[in-house]
Amino acid sequence: MPKPSDTKALPAFRTAGLTKTYGEGKAAVHALRGVDLEVPTGEVVVLLGPSGSGKSTLLNILGGLDRATSGDAYFTDHELTAMADRELTLYRRDHVGFVFQFYNLMPSLTAEENVELVTEIAHNPMDPGKALDLVGLGERRHHFPAQLSGGEQQRVAIARAIAKQPDVLFCDEPTGALDSTTGRAVLKVLADVNEALGTTVLMVTHAAATAAMAHRVIHFADGAIRDVVRNAERLPPEEIVW
Amino acid sequence: MRLLSPLDRKLLRDLWRIKGQAGAIAVVIALGVMTLVMMSGIVNTLEETRDAYYDRYRLAEVFAPVERAPERTLKRLAEIPGISAVESRVTGMALVEIPGELIPIRARAVSLPEHGPARLNDIFLAEGRMPNPDRAEEVLLLKGFADARGLKPGARLSATMNGARRGFHVTGLAQSPEFLYTTAPGELIPDDARFAVLWMSRASLAAAYDMEGAFNEALIGLERGASEAAVLDAVDRVLDPLGGLGAYGLADQQSNFFISEEIRGARSTSVSVPPIFLGVSAFLLYIVINRIVQAEREEIGLLKAFGYTDWEVSAHYLKLMLVIAIGGAILGSGLGIVSGRAMAGVYQEYYKFPFLVFELEPRSFVTGLAISVISACAGGFGVLRGVFRLAPAVAMRPPAPADYSSTGQAAGLSRRLLDQPGRMVLRRVQRQPGRMFGAAIGIATGMALSVGMIGVQVGFNQTIDLSFSVLDRSDAQITFTHAMSDKVIYELARLPGVEEVEPIRYVSVLLRHDFHDHRGAINGQLSEPRLARAMDAKQRPLPLPKEGIVLSTTLARVLDASPGDTITAEIREGRRPVLYLPVVAVADSLLGSPAYMNIDALNGALNEPGRVSGAYLRIDEEAAESVFRAVRDMPGVAGIGLKEDMRDAIQSIMDSGMGAMRFIMLAVAGIVTFGIVYNAARIAYAERARDLASLRVIGFSRAEAAFVLLGELGLITLIALPIGALMGYAMAALVSAAFSTEVYSIPLMFDAHTVGTAALAVLVSAALSGWLVKRDLDRIELVSALKTRE
Repeated sequence: MPKPSDTKALPAFRTAGLTKTYGEGKAAVHALRGVDLEVPTGEVVVLLGPSGSGKSTLLNILGGLDRATSGDAYFTDHELTAMADRELTLYRRDHVGFVFQFYNLMPSLTAEENVELVTEIAHNPMDPGKALDLVGLGERRHHFPAQLSGGEQQRVAIARAIAKQPDVLFCDEPTGALDSTTGRAVLKVLADVNEALGTTVLMVTHAAATAAMAHRVIHFADGAIRDVVRNAERLPPEEIVW
Repeated sequence: MRLLSPLDRKLLRDLWRIKGQAGAIAVVIALGVMTLVMMSGIVNTLEETRDAYYDRYRLAEVFAPVERAPERTLKRLAEIPGISAVESRVTGMALVEIPGELIPIRARAVSLPEHGPARLNDIFLAEGRMPNPDRAEEVLLLKGFADARGLKPGARLSATMNGARRGFHVTGLAQSPEFLYTTAPGELIPDDARFAVLWMSRASLAAAYDMEGAFNEALIGLERGASEAAVLDAVDRVLDPLGGLGAYGLADQQSNFFISEEIRGARSTSVSVPPIFLGVSAFLLYIVINRIVQAEREEIGLLKAFGYTDWEVSAHYLKLMLVIAIGGAILGSGLGIVSGRAMAGVYQEYYKFPFLVFELEPRSFVTGLAISVISACAGGFGVLRGVFRLAPAVAMRPPAPADYSSTGQAAGLSRRLLDQPGRMVLRRVQRQPGRMFGAAIGIATGMALSVGMIGVQVGFNQTIDLSFSVLDRSDAQITFTHAMSDKVIYELARLPGVEEVEPIRYVSVLLRHDFHDHRGAINGQLSEPRLARAMDAKQRPLPLPKEGIVLSTTLARVLDASPGDTITAEIREGRRPVLYLPVVAVADSLLGSPAYMNIDALNGALNEPGRVSGAYLRIDEEAAESVFRAVRDMPGVAGIGLKEDMRDAIQSIMDSGMGAMRFIMLAVAGIVTFGIVYNAARIAYAERARDLASLRVIGFSRAEAAFVLLGELGLITLIALPIGALMGYAMAALVSAAFSTEVYSIPLMFDAHTVGTAALAVLVSAALSGWLVKRDLDRIELVSALKTRE
């Protein structure tokens, strides 16, 4: 898939009437009930809402992991909802970085090798060492995941996600398994990446306080967007308390 | 009241979740139990049926052939202590001519009792009617021969008896426990189509063989508990002055010998091969269960956190294994009964039993179930240990990454050569060498099974090839009615189309060494025969010196004799000398259990110089027909056997008799091998599903993610191949020994072809398993990677 011609002009994501239904008939669960949304490029966007409100489902569809039942979803000028599996794989490979709640590092690879896992297949990767430096783990590049703390593992995961220089970074509860100090450090890394590389960051979280660092906060309820709030003033991650 | 506790419902759901794997293990166990139940059922059924057949048709326990004994001798035999019944009969050799057949067929004519049913050796009239005692031309024909030749009651045939040619009318077809197998004299291999048995009225037969008022064979039944050896001695003492040819017991009766050897072979196969299958299944179950429990660490922690005791949790997992093991055992028992019954039916037809006493071996069910349960419990020990060690808190924490730091940094060559997926494969193997080795051993065991079973297939072919292409280079074998002057050899050599002639002298003999004896024949041959040869294990021809005797491997084993030992040979013909012969060599014969001597030495010992009882011929194919015509019309010729026919006969015995079991075993070995490889793939997949989903999420294509999974399977498979080859050697030795009988030996075949085929089977299994697992990988839910472990 070619790079978007002028990514700055287009919003990173655009959806119209996006729905997702699991199951059929009476047992059907409506995870998304018609979502219309625009995510401008280069912003940090936080998706908030109770469990089952549809925020993770939206993230999965925008991340190319799941398919919508109906409606359209665009990444810049590419229609995600029309892509075949193979195209979605290339989309994830070339444009998207993922940060998971449970890090999902390969236990058999060192920190640096985990990053290389991605740089080996990416188009225009940064140096793995530099990615680790960015998350402050340059010194621990040769450690295996089992030798790292939870926060360190999550930072390796972020380094792995940004090393391909993605257009978008998807984070599903990135601090969910971390204590608050470590969590703040992780959020700082995400903010820095957004600042330094202009990467659009989409973050799903339960921690409402996290919203303070976002450009934009989207509240979910019952499979639909309740409201979208633009933060006039953003709080640096270090000052977030939860 | 709830029928199922929550844990039991979890058990059922777990089983459903791992149904593919549980099914594969259960099938492997089932196949092991199936072979056990089937084989022992067949052996039991054959033994019971044979014994019932012998009993119902009153098969004699002692046979006493004699040149000619007056009828009154029978009374003297009846007085011998231990004898319960005596019957006399007249038998004689005949040549039967069948329209359209160039070569006449050797036959044995047997007299029917003059009044009422036979007291011994009764017959079963399968079709048609009994001959009218007053009609000399009416005969019964052995059903096996009639079927092989397409003859029906009403058929007419002519036979030469004692030099006179007569026409006969077949009134019926008969079966007899005495002729389950029929073998032409001088031949090793039974063949329905090439040896006939005719039953006819005693008067008519006695007239043909000058036996009026006399008999030439006594049939003897023994009292319960009587000593057969004592009776044999006593009978010989009575008949010797009349030209007794040596009384012998049922064990030496040809047909019984063959069927008993088949059953004995089947029994040895049934006790040695199924346990191998069961052992493999047990090992597999152990490995798999261990790994399933490893993967369930969190659930175990959770259950403990809920307040379930260690014992309750252990019992839960033990139940899971027992359900699989017992399920497999029950399935196997069912399959064993069904296949045993089907195979017994096939064998009933093959062995020509008029009825079948289907009898399962109850012990086989118990053994099968016990081995399955024990292996499940052995796996259970690992479970118990794991459960007791596990802290409930495990469930509360996110899964900690497995520690790979011990595998060290990638350095040097590995750093340059391997990409990250390659390293993932290699490190996993490095980190858990024990587990990987276990998986490799599992696959190697499967391969060893295949090596053993393929080796046996090759061994059967080798037996035939060696016997009929290397040892015996003749085209046809001629037997004479009696030992003739060796002038006949020159006559044969002069026939146009005969390229080479080699004399042979057969003498029936009782060989003894220490406490072992064997009734058979000595083949007297030229000192350096060219057509029918004795060879050593390295396929070098063995010369036959003027002194001593060469024994076949089978015979050497039966007599427990080796070169240097002296054996006793009691010749049962002519002046009946007793010879003391040094064993000079052991010949690697794969068919029967022949003994070889120099023909001049043998004739010299008998004081009958220049005598031959048969000849091997090499014939120009073009002239074969004219040669056979000429030979047929020569006086004293009892029969001509074509090597091709003999080859076909042994092939058919190997493929339809107990040897046919090898095909079933090969199929089972194939399925088990596949089951093992497939399980290894499934386990690897189950353990890595989350990593693989993560790889897919971060942009790895299906093929790239599959490499990480299949690379591991491939590596384990490659490690397994050489181990499997080594284990296969032992397996091949075990299995070929189990399939060998005194009728044919199966050599240990462990060559590149065998190992290569087995390796190919493993690789194909691996490829197929890989493909099946990759299908799951292709369907993996990517979102699952984002969640915590399930």
